[in-house]
Amino acid sequence: MPDFDLIMYENEFRRIDEELRKLHQQANAKVVFLVDKNGQLIASAGDTSGLDTTSLASLTAGNIAATGGIARLLGEKEFTILFHEGEKDNIHISLVGQRVILVVIFDQRSSIGLVRLRVKKATDNLLRIFQEMTSKAQQKRQAGEAEESPFAEITDEDIDNLFR
Amino acid sequence: MSFINYSSREINCKIVYYGPGLCGKTTNLQYIYRRTNPEQKGKLISLATETERTLFFDFLPLALGDIRGFRIRFHLYTVPGQVFYAASRKLILKGVDGVVFVADSQIERMDANMESLEDLKINLAEQGYELERLPFTIQYNKRDLPNVAPLQEMNRALNPNGVPWHEAVAIKGTGVFETLKSVAKQVLLELKKNY
Repeated sequence: MPDFDLIMYENEFRRIDEELRKLHQQANAKVVFLVDKNGQLIASAGDTSGLDTTSLASLTAGNIAATGGIARLLGEKEFTILFHEGEKDNIHISLVGQRVILVVIFDQRSSIGLVRLRVKKATDNLLRIFQEMTSKAQQKRQAGEAEESPFAEITDEDIDNLFR
Repeated sequence: MSFINYSSREINCKIVYYGPGLCGKTTNLQYIYRRTNPEQKGKLISLATETERTLFFDFLPLALGDIRGFRIRFHLYTVPGQVFYAASRKLILKGVDGVVFVADSQIERMDANMESLEDLKINLAEQGYELERLPFTIQYNKRDLPNVAPLQEMNRALNPNGVPWHEAVAIKGTGVFETLKSVAKQVLLELKKNY
């Protein structure tokens, strides 16, 4: 496998959550969320009640993937920021390291300048958390210890039950 | 590459439906969407052309239930089958946990099946995967049509390693859930092996 599975424990989740909440507030954003490059939602802050965050996550990752494809065709490594401007809402999408995508949705109460500034700061902090998370997972893996593995005991019956 | 969240007690896995153009990948997802309870599914997103050919991907999130207190979520994707969408196909395989290859059973589509399977292997290799080491199920679709290749022949051409396979008529739903279950089971057993 080219990469390890992404494993998030309570502690990291809380730190990420806190970072997103801070960004949401400081950037005056409507919603902030974090997606992994495979399209899975990691965490969000702000009012997501009217939003289909699962679909947004998948499409954002698709968007980043397509843009990455274009970048490589042009001889660029990656385009690290995408910005879409709408009539009311705007969306700022940026990469956090190689693995994670940070999405900020904002309206006229904020500005692209403010969002960019705050995103930059948050990105540094998030990067640190993800680096720690990866090395922690790797250490655990090497030591051959899984926390409280929910999978060790999976039976055929459990899987059959999912499809009933 | 699954995403395991101990905080929200969720496991997310990505399954990609691959196969030649018009083999029925989107039809599989549409049937699953129709037959799943509203509380178990999200929206079916189709990035398609005006003539309903997949342009980038279809996406269907499913939450089938819990295992040992963990919510199991599957994200189903299809790739665009048409040959010239090669660049897009590659992107969708990123982070895949399991693959379904939907083969068109019509005799005249055998070459297209083989070409698509080869394309799958190349694209996986580019991302550092080997098809032989991934959870993988083959679906022989369109078995209701008159001009289909015998199963033995299809298995010989497309399934030399003897991975799980299913006959299907996706448009009527025959074999659709059996295929999904088969790949999902392999994905979960893979997790069991790794953790």
